[in-house]
Amino acid sequence: MAEEVFAGVDVGASRTKVALLNKDKEVLGCAVRKSGTDFARTSELALGEALEMAGVRKEDITFSVATGYGRKNVIYADDTRTEIGCHAKGAFHFFPMAITVIDIGGQDNKIIKLDERGRRLSFKMNRKCAAGTGAFLEEMAMRLDIPLEEMEGLARQAVETVELGSFCTVFSATEVLEKIRQGKKVPDIVKGLFLSVIKRVLEMDSLTERVVMTGGVVEYNPYLVVMMRERTGLEIMVPERPQLTGAIGAALYGMEEVAEAAAA
Amino acid sequence: MLAKKESPRKEIAATKTLKKIMANHFYDLDEAARTGSKKIAWCTSVGPAELLRGMGFLVYFPENHGAMLGATRMATELIPHANAIGYSPDICSYLTSDIGSYLAKKTPLTKAYNIKSVPRPDVLVFNTNQCRDVQDWFSWYGREFGVPVIGVHTHRDIGQIRDYQIKDIAKQIEDLVPPLEEVSGQKFDMDRFREAVELSRQCSVLWRTCLETAAAIPSPWTFFDHTIHMGPAVVARGTKEAVDYYELLLEELNQRIESGIAAVEGEKYRLYWEGMPIWGKLRPLSELFISLKTCIVASTYCNSWIFDQLDPEEPFESMARAYTELFIVRDEAYKEQYIKNCHEFFKFHGIIFHDAKTCPNNSNNRYGMPERLSKKMGIPTLTINGDLNDLRCYSEEQAKTNVEAFIEQLEEN
Ligand code: SF4
Repeated sequence: MAEEVFAGVDVGASRTKVALLNKDKEVLGCAVRKSGTDFARTSELALGEALEMAGVRKEDITFSVATGYGRKNVIYADDTRTEIGCHAKGAFHFFPMAITVIDIGGQDNKIIKLDERGRRLSFKMNRKCAAGTGAFLEEMAMRLDIPLEEMEGLARQAVETVELGSFCTVFSATEVLEKIRQGKKVPDIVKGLFLSVIKRVLEMDSLTERVVMTGGVVEYNPYLVVMMRERTGLEIMVPERPQLTGAIGAALYGMEEVAEAAAA
Repeated sequence: MLAKKESPRKEIAATKTLKKIMANHFYDLDEAARTGSKKIAWCTSVGPAELLRGMGFLVYFPENHGAMLGATRMATELIPHANAIGYSPDICSYLTSDIGSYLAKKTPLTKAYNIKSVPRPDVLVFNTNQCRDVQDWFSWYGREFGVPVIGVHTHRDIGQIRDYQIKDIAKQIEDLVPPLEEVSGQKFDMDRFREAVELSRQCSVLWRTCLETAAAIPSPWTFFDHTIHMGPAVVARGTKEAVDYYELLLEELNQRIESGIAAVEGEKYRLYWEGMPIWGKLRPLSELFISLKTCIVASTYCNSWIFDQLDPEEPFESMARAYTELFIVRDEAYKEQYIKNCHEFFKFHGIIFHDAKTCPNNSNNRYGMPERLSKKMGIPTLTINGDLNDLRCYSEEQAKTNVEAFIEQLEEN
């Protein structure tokens, strides 16, 4: 009999992530694609990519769970879960202890608190505006006319941090232009932008002793983790592929559902 | 032919009578405005309605009109008219949608009752017990119509209520009498006033008893029903019709309990709603909660029209007491204890705080209350961002995800 395979599909507003797990919870294949506007098609393509990587056929998938903003658009999903649940489950899988999960996504941030058994105690989501999310960094990269991928490198070169005072993305953009006019260095400004992301996150909720950071923004800008450690003095943990945390959590939910059904 | 999608909401039979009462309320006002047969007073929703009725006025409530503008989703289109003349999008969206409706000459009364416009006031009477916005709101109309604007200035954020506060408010209410006599052209009649206070008391007791039926498990009705059926408690308290209505409704609710009829089929979770309704989204929200087998059993908002202290023997003092005792007038410690008591009575599993962008007065999440209550009561809380009327401040998808995640959390714990 073929090995059991569980698919987790996280259709975020910005990127779609797929993770395929075997029953030992090992990642067999994965994919990340721009979500675009046709979520159904993107989730198909991403699944195809992950299947190819895993060398598994679609028919062999035991159970699929979709999550994220576009979760209801994933035609092949057997069930859906919220991204809050999936990020919590994914993060706890890697760090099974009482943790605060900080997920910095393309368009929203989440802070989820879990107890030592992985039960959710509370969660908060910032969704009123783009402040502190990936969209903020994208917008600022555009204003500074630097490729998004170079932000991380630039921030690491900073000698000092140019602090930005504003909540609002548009106000921040004006502030950045003002700083350039004053002759501030681009790396220092980029570090200031990273700090602004961190400040927006820390305003959302208090943190517990152990923190796990997840999401695409941290995957591509690990310097944010370094800065978060410095800022909070806390132990900050990161899964190997932070961007896949939600998709992995979704696959784990699927695994549980199948096990529960078998036990019933 | 396409089959009409059936709503999972269970209609309450008394709704028919409710609709009649609301319609008559507006027809009477419209007729009086057109013919001058009776004087019309505009009053804030938790303002001194009993006095106005006792003095023979027909009473119109702009906040009720505000809620209609919200529920019909006309508000979002009309608010910008008020913004454009200097009323900020950050202040009360009842105010901005109502003034916007006046400026654009559009009212939901036209579609619902074939009434062209809201009834012209002879006097506007406010009570700042709920907020300052009502005074600014009424003052705008006062200037527009050239009619007097009078009111009561309440002490706010009160812990224990002191005698001096009650004396002050009672005196302020009494002081409304001479200017009201001038407008009405009639002498104040104590017996008539006492009668209005007594009818309002009866209405209040019955409304409370109706709300308390939601303590039954499963609950016979939900917060979304409450927001509709509170109509008479707001616009018709102090009348016999309101009293009769709640007797009828109570009977139906008790029957539902007896026959084990649940408002939410298969009720699994019970929640408390803290804050204003999101008027333009009542239906989708109510259906969302039904799909999650969750019943919102109680709310601060719908409890706000309970005036237990009313007493015809001491009409001024008891009105002062009733309008000062309200949740919205009180300090954080009182509010927390109040919600704790509700928890013991209604047995809910969590609290949803609605942070209404334009109403700080009804958004109790802003000074750390969710965190404190969650710790004290050992139940989770969720804050959703939205607004009473301004749907530009609300994201349906985000609210939905938050609610679903909250129920997921309850399920897993
Ligand atoms: S309490 Fe809030 S919603 Fe009501 S009138 Fe005042 S500001 Fe507006």
